[in-house]
Amino acid sequence: MTNSGIPVREGVWARWRGLVDPATLAAFACILVLLFAGSLYSQSFLSPEYLLQQLKVASFLGIIATGMMIVILLGQIDLSAPWAIAVGGMMAASASAWGPAGPWIAIPFGVACGVALGLVNGIGVAYLRIPSMIVTLAVNAVAQGLMVVHTGGFSPRDSASPAMRFIATGDVVFGLPNALIVWAVIGGGATILLTRTTFGRAVYAIGNRERAAYLSGVDPQRVVLIAFALSGALSAFAGVLLAGYASKAAQAMGDPYLLPAIAAVVLGGASILGGRGNYLGTVAGVILVTLLQSILSVMQIPEAGRQIAYGLVIIVMLLFYGRGAAIRG
Amino acid sequence: MREWRFWLAENRSTLVAFTIFIVMFWIYVANHPAGFTANVVQTAANKGVLLALVAMAQTMVVLTAGIDLSVGMIFVLCNCLASQLMAGDAWHTGVGLVLVLAAGAACGAVNGLLVIVGRLQPIVATIASGAIYFGLALWLRPDPGGADNFNSDFADLFTGKLFGKIPASLAALAAVALVVWVPFSRSAIGRTAYAVGSSELSAYMSGAPVRAAKLVVYTLAGLLAALGGVFLTFLTYSGEASAGNGGNYTLFSIAAVVLGGVSLFGGSGSAIGAIFGALAFRAIGDLLFVFDIEPLWQPLFQGVVLLASVAIGATRLIGVRNRLDLFG
Repeated sequence: MTNSGIPVREGVWARWRGLVDPATLAAFACILVLLFAGSLYSQSFLSPEYLLQQLKVASFLGIIATGMMIVILLGQIDLSAPWAIAVGGMMAASASAWGPAGPWIAIPFGVACGVALGLVNGIGVAYLRIPSMIVTLAVNAVAQGLMVVHTGGFSPRDSASPAMRFIATGDVVFGLPNALIVWAVIGGGATILLTRTTFGRAVYAIGNRERAAYLSGVDPQRVVLIAFALSGALSAFAGVLLAGYASKAAQAMGDPYLLPAIAAVVLGGASILGGRGNYLGTVAGVILVTLLQSILSVMQIPEAGRQIAYGLVIIVMLLFYGRGAAIRG
Repeated sequence: MREWRFWLAENRSTLVAFTIFIVMFWIYVANHPAGFTANVVQTAANKGVLLALVAMAQTMVVLTAGIDLSVGMIFVLCNCLASQLMAGDAWHTGVGLVLVLAAGAACGAVNGLLVIVGRLQPIVATIASGAIYFGLALWLRPDPGGADNFNSDFADLFTGKLFGKIPASLAALAAVALVVWVPFSRSAIGRTAYAVGSSELSAYMSGAPVRAAKLVVYTLAGLLAALGGVFLTFLTYSGEASAGNGGNYTLFSIAAVVLGGVSLFGGSGSAIGAIFGALAFRAIGDLLFVFDIEPLWQPLFQGVVLLASVAIGATRLIGVRNRLDLFG
């Protein structure tokens, strides 16, 4: 398991092996097992409508997990995702009520707010050298505080603009949901960014050993700053879409997405210690988590049983392929 | 010869946490309309002790450079369990207490086994196990409530005042620190926990009992979180499977641990520091009431104070001479 997610260019076969690592394959295999188990319960689990609906729901988690993955590849973590999502959704919704230009600036403004939160995270982690777990936690608390003041003091508009609704719920091409297309575009961008650019290589290098990356001429602080800004932007953008999907932005809308996002990245084979993982794995992880949640809720298992099954399945899958190396002299 | 210097160096972070707490609490009491009375202290202590116990639990694991994101869920699970088991006469209540603590320790041990035998990363293993513990809590208590014959006299014993002055909860917290933390930190296992946090490989190569230390650390974390859950039951006489509570206590415990001078990279800090970190964190939250700030601004104020207090840790960068030292 020395795969770094960066393709090795030695013939076609080696290249494929470089792209698809065992963890990614295992995650896709788990998806098939889940679908098979679901189809024993009800045939409708295999219908194209159901699968397309699941992919649409997965898009939101997928966009959040994209940002989370870049940060995890650095060996950091972004716990500010829940309120970055809420900030994105709520600020976009209230911006859409600002005069005639409102609907135009709604989405960029929501994303820009996410970038601002991400920059604070990045400055704290990269330049002040505070552990990311605690900086992002504090920024999450600040973002929550800002939104409480915002909704309480100014009673802003909370319904989504038509554009937000269109991107989140509409479909333009061959009945494919727009949200899925957006995720595909972001995912394609992330793959190119991680495998074909100096920035992406720097991300993997820093995740493996920051000191060595610095000595090789990478500016780790700038890369970390940009990565956190990206993560904030993607979380906020997912918030914009979620607000469009529910046609309303709400305070706690981001809370159910933090742990699934981390779980999806890790189930996709990325190391939580950084430096290892590829985007295809994250895609598999996102679909896996979404399917698992959906199947458990369709089977009408009470919430308690769902939580237990969710935790157990993640542990079993991790024991299956996410184990670390044993310490040996 | 210069032993006090070593002692000072070793306990500096704990002393800083203690100072932050004293300053925050002094500001709180000085501005409180009722002033420094036994009742004000008792209320503050009862709230602070809850977080202090969970923060101690988190400290155990953080010392070994791990993290336990399930402490809040164990706390909630044991709250639900205690609200059902600690009922009836003294004998039944006692057995119930032991069972609850055993359940908490068992949850912790499961985390430990996942990390040691399963070789999973603590952060992801405890996210998943936390979901299981929360599911169990929800299964025990689908709706908030308590047992009809809940032993409230026993509960009041721990939330009242000793000799009409000292909050009983603080005395209980001190007793827990004395019985759990002091022997642990002075034992070979405790020393190993610190060594694992500094460098697991070196600890292993020195023949220290790495696996035993890790198991003990996670089990103790479960036990301490269970004590916190029991204490919450003492305060409310009831149990509630609240996901919000679980998540908040996990996150606040990390904040308290950092405020208390325990390094998230492992190997330095103490549970005593974490206790003061937790009490300081609570005092900061309470400041708003005495300053008469609109409740609307409370979460923002708390967040900004948290951000500012963790940014203080950045002052160590002033001493860095070589830029390479930044990228440890």
